[in-house]
Formats: sequence, C-alpha cells, structure tokens
Amino acid sequence: MPKETLLELENLHTHFLTDNGEIPAVNGVSLSLHKGEIVGIVGESGCGKSVTSLSVMQLVPNPPGKIVSGNIHFKDENIVKASQKRMKQIRGNEIGMIFQEPMTSLNPLFTIGNQIIEAIRFHRKISKKEAKQESIDLLKLVGIPRADEVIDEYPHQLSGGMRQRVMIAMSVSCDPDILIADEPTTALDVTIQAQILDIMRDLNQERETAILLITHDLGVVAELCERVIVMYAGQVVEEGNVREILKDPQHPYTKGLIRSLPKLHGDEQTLYSIPGTVPNPGLKKTGCQFAPRCEFAFDRCFNEEPELYNLGDKRTSRCFLYDKKEGDAAEHAESTLGS
Amino acid sequence: MSIEEKDKQTEENVTNPAKADQQAEMEEIPETSPWKDAFRQLRKNRFALAGLIIIVIFLLIGLFSPWLTSYGYDDQVLANRLQPPSAEHWLGTDDVGRDIFTRIAYGARISLQVGFFAVVGALVFGTILGIVAGYFGRWVDMLISRIFDILLAFPSILLAIAIVAIIGASLQNALIAIAIINIPIFGRLVRSKVISLREEEYIMAAKAQGMKNGRIILHHILPNSLAPIIVQATLGFGTAILDAAALGFLGLGAQPPTPEWGEMLASSRDFIQLAPWTLIAPGLCIMLVVLGFNLIGDGLRDALDPKMKH
Repeated sequence: MPKETLLELENLHTHFLTDNGEIPAVNGVSLSLHKGEIVGIVGESGCGKSVTSLSVMQLVPNPPGKIVSGNIHFKDENIVKASQKRMKQIRGNEIGMIFQEPMTSLNPLFTIGNQIIEAIRFHRKISKKEAKQESIDLLKLVGIPRADEVIDEYPHQLSGGMRQRVMIAMSVSCDPDILIADEPTTALDVTIQAQILDIMRDLNQERETAILLITHDLGVVAELCERVIVMYAGQVVEEGNVREILKDPQHPYTKGLIRSLPKLHGDEQTLYSIPGTVPNPGLKKTGCQFAPRCEFAFDRCFNEEPELYNLGDKRTSRCFLYDKKEGDAAEHAESTLGS
Repeated sequence: MSIEEKDKQTEENVTNPAKADQQAEMEEIPETSPWKDAFRQLRKNRFALAGLIIIVIFLLIGLFSPWLTSYGYDDQVLANRLQPPSAEHWLGTDDVGRDIFTRIAYGARISLQVGFFAVVGALVFGTILGIVAGYFGRWVDMLISRIFDILLAFPSILLAIAIVAIIGASLQNALIAIAIINIPIFGRLVRSKVISLREEEYIMAAKAQGMKNGRIILHHILPNSLAPIIVQATLGFGTAILDAAALGFLGLGAQPPTPEWGEMLASSRDFIQLAPWTLIAPGLCIMLVVLGFNLIGDGLRDALDPKMKH
C-alpha cells in the first residue's frame, strides 16, 4: 500500500569547499522516506551517509560545507530553500536526530531532567511541572528504570546505553514525524545495541515515527529496516528491500560488503575484504566510482558513469551489469559469482 | 537536600527501619556535581587553602579598617615622622607622620576593589567578545582576534600608561586601563574554549533540537567555559592589583593622599635606607595579596581539571 511520502531527496549535492578545491561529499543522492517506515543507509566511512543526514537537517557545518544543488522535500515543503527560522521549527519538532556518541551528546553540567524539559518546553508551551511529568514518562518509554530518580542525575552518572536512551527520549519528546539516527549504536556494546534497536522499533510501531537509520553495520540494518540504501563515494549504488538485498545483492559493492561479513557457520580462516580503499573524494574520476575496486569491471566502467538501473520490484542498482545492452557481461558476472 | 526532604526522611526512617539502613548506606556516597567535586578538591589543596586564608584576612582588614585603628588614614602628626614600629604605631609612621598600619588597612580596600572591578570589567567584555568570536567565527572572529593581537602586542603596563595618559591620571582611570589591558587575555581564553566546545556533540544535538544561537550560548557554551574563566579571574585579580600598584607607583593611578599601596611605595622610596619599614609594609602586602590570589588560582585550576582528580 502506498503511504504518504514524508521526506524526499532529489539529486542532492552537498560539497565541501576546501583549499584543495571543491569536494563532493554527497554527489547526487535521491531517496525517499514514507510515513512509519524504517529505512537504512549503509556504507563505509566517508561515503557521505552522515553528510546526507546533516543536509536534511541543514546542519552541515558551513563553511566549509554547502548544499550546492538538489531539493529536499519535507511533506509539501522544499526545505533547501526554507529560512533559518523555519528550519529551527522543524528541527526537534518535526525531525528529530540522535547522534553516534552518547557520551558527549549531553551537556555535562545539567541534569538529565533539565535537558529534556528544556527540549520539550522549547517547542511547546507547557508548564515546567507538566514538562517534568512528560520527561519521566519519556524516560520510562525508552526503558530507563527508576526514571523519577534518573531525571535528577547528571550525565556522568549514567552509562553509555542509558545516555543514548536519554538522547532518544529527548529527540522524540516533541513527537517528530521523522527520527534520523546517525550510527545510534556504534559506540555501544552488542547487548545494549539490541535494546536500543528494540526501543527504536517500538517507537516506530507505537508512534508511527519514520526512522532514517544511518549505519555501517549490516546486522543493525537487517534487524530493524524494511528498506535499505547502499551508498558509495557520495552516491546511492543500490536500493531495495532489506531481505532481498541481503539474500541477493546486485551491485558488486554490496556483494563485497556482504561477503566481508563474518559468518557464523563456515571454516574461512581469513575474512574477505574488498580490495583497495575508498576513493579520495577530492580526485575527480570519470566512470564508475567503484570500478577500480570492482572485480567485474570492464572498459565501459572506466569511461562512463553508470546510472541507477531499475531492476523492478523497487530495486535499483548503479552498475552497467544491469544495462540491457551489456547482456554478456552480466551473464559473465553471474557465472563468476556462481563458481 | 532540603529541610523538608530531610524531615520526610526521618519520618520514614522511624516507620521503616530497613529503609533507614539503606538510606544511611546511600548517604555515605557524597552527592556529586562537577562544581561540588571541584570544591572538595580545592579544600584538600593546602596551598590553595593558605591563599584563601590570606585573602580572607585582607578582606576583613579592609572591611573593618575604621574599627581596627584609632587613626585616620590622612592624620598627619609631623612630630611623629618616620618612627619605627612600636606599640602605638604597629608598622611605624611615614614621612609626614601618618600611621602606616592605618594606611595599609584602608589601602586593602582600594587594592581589593581595584582588583575586583578591573577583573569583572575585563571578564565581562572579554567573555562576550571571546564567545562572539569563537562561536560565530568567520570575519567576526577575524576582526575581534586581530584587535586582541594588537592589544597584546604592547607590553601591558605600557599600554595602561598610554591609556591613563590619554584619559587622565586617577584611580578610576587606572582601573579602566587595567580592565582594558586584561580584555584580550580573557577574550582569547574564552575564544579557544568556545571553538573546542562548538564541535561537541551536545551542541550539535541542541542545534538538531532547533535551539537558537542565543539559547545555545547561554545554556551550553557559557556554563561549560566557566572553569577556565574562573581560574583566569583569580589569577587576573593578582596581576590587576600589581598593575594598579605599578600605576600608583608611577604616579598615574591613585593620587596622594589616597592610601594606595603602590602610591605609598612611591612616596616613601626616598627613605629606603632611613626608614625601610615605610616600604616593606606596602611591598609585603602587595606580594601577599598577589600570592594569595595566585595560590587560589592554581588550586582552582587543578580542582576544575578532571584529569588531575586521581
């Protein structure tokens, strides 16, 4: 069933202006997020996934960062052109965000309650007392035991997992339509990760909050997301349903990513890794960004830039192997992978 | 813990002995907040405590000077000129027969006031400029930082002399001059702290919550930059008093017969061999007060630095 589109990015370009020229961190990203949906963005460090999320909030540090072109539609509004004032209304109130480092995301000098109450009262006109009660409820919602005591504690008295819960409580305090989570579990250990993911899933189900989850952990994506977008060098290289992508990746980069995961059953001695490194975004290259590292690359890949080919069933892949004209190469790739 | 809470607790303790035990156990863990930790740390530091005692003594002397002595600070008895310390004149008398202890006591008022107002002035303007420069960056930072650089390029006392020369020699103008030369010191300190704070994730998180710049500065940036500001203020107290004394000594600060320590030094420098006590008393007082503030400042710096805790 088609749901209302909340957020739509159209050909977004965010560049960083440095002494060595303009560096395209996000290079023509298009994606959409529907109501109540959880979408994951995965990719290596430096592939532009965080910059994409900061672009949505318009919090890319400027200078040096700048949204050069493209549109960001939030509901019926193009927020690339929105005023600072409007953006401040949107941030926190309509789009919430949580960050990677729970240890440093809270101000060390104020109590937890102080900070949540401030966040609530900033967007809504309610009394301190009501806000406090609501804060306690929020803390309970994110699974913090003895919430009425924690509210008077300082951040340094809480563990990383607790702080991340507080951060989540803060970012959903105004019941935003979208929650952007930038590597929310990276700094936490695995058991706490699972709890945080559970909380996010509950939020998604109870409040119909759409979640844009940014991560490099395919496990987290598999756990939580319905749809996944794979990014490489500032571009979307593959998009589709999580199960299908994990089971049957199409783009060579996604294949590499999934192959490099450690398997529970298997007798491999060394883990697979994709040869080469992420390209330096400062160096302009013609052709497919992934070509130098790709085992299926052929002449065309180095000369021409592939588009996102539609594979049907809402799946896309940015690879010439899926160009109808390249039938032979695709077959070749198919057979190599099979062997 | 407020009194009502305590009352409530004792009530509970009476009705529920098990809970009382638990409560007692919990109370052994001291309540913690960054500032309380710092104060506890400061109390443990003997040097800082000594500094604190010195300053408190001078504060009391200054505060109660009219009651501590039966002389006025400008009572001249020419018959008693340059008398050595005695029971009548604890620290002796100067060249016009004024009681030196009386003048020192009234001088404590002046010196501490000069230190206080000069530091507060420098702190307020320096902090505002530093935050604006550090938080907004770009050309604002460029402009403010270059002005600081220019101010810091002069030897500070020379700059103070120049300022006083322009606006006229008086204690008040000396105070203004001292405040001005201290602005860049606070400003640069705050600016560098703000630049590092600006990159903290809780600032980014506050922005992601839609908070306005003014609010972020007041609620997040300012409270977190307080530690170095407080340390610099205590240390600045000492230098401000020293600068005031220097200006007084040069005749550019307090004018006679104001009992300012630097001015006292200047007016008795001809008697260094004849009556050394006329110089020793104010000189020693300047040294002690500056030392006191420096000891507190160093202690505070250690106490507020989380890395020094263990």
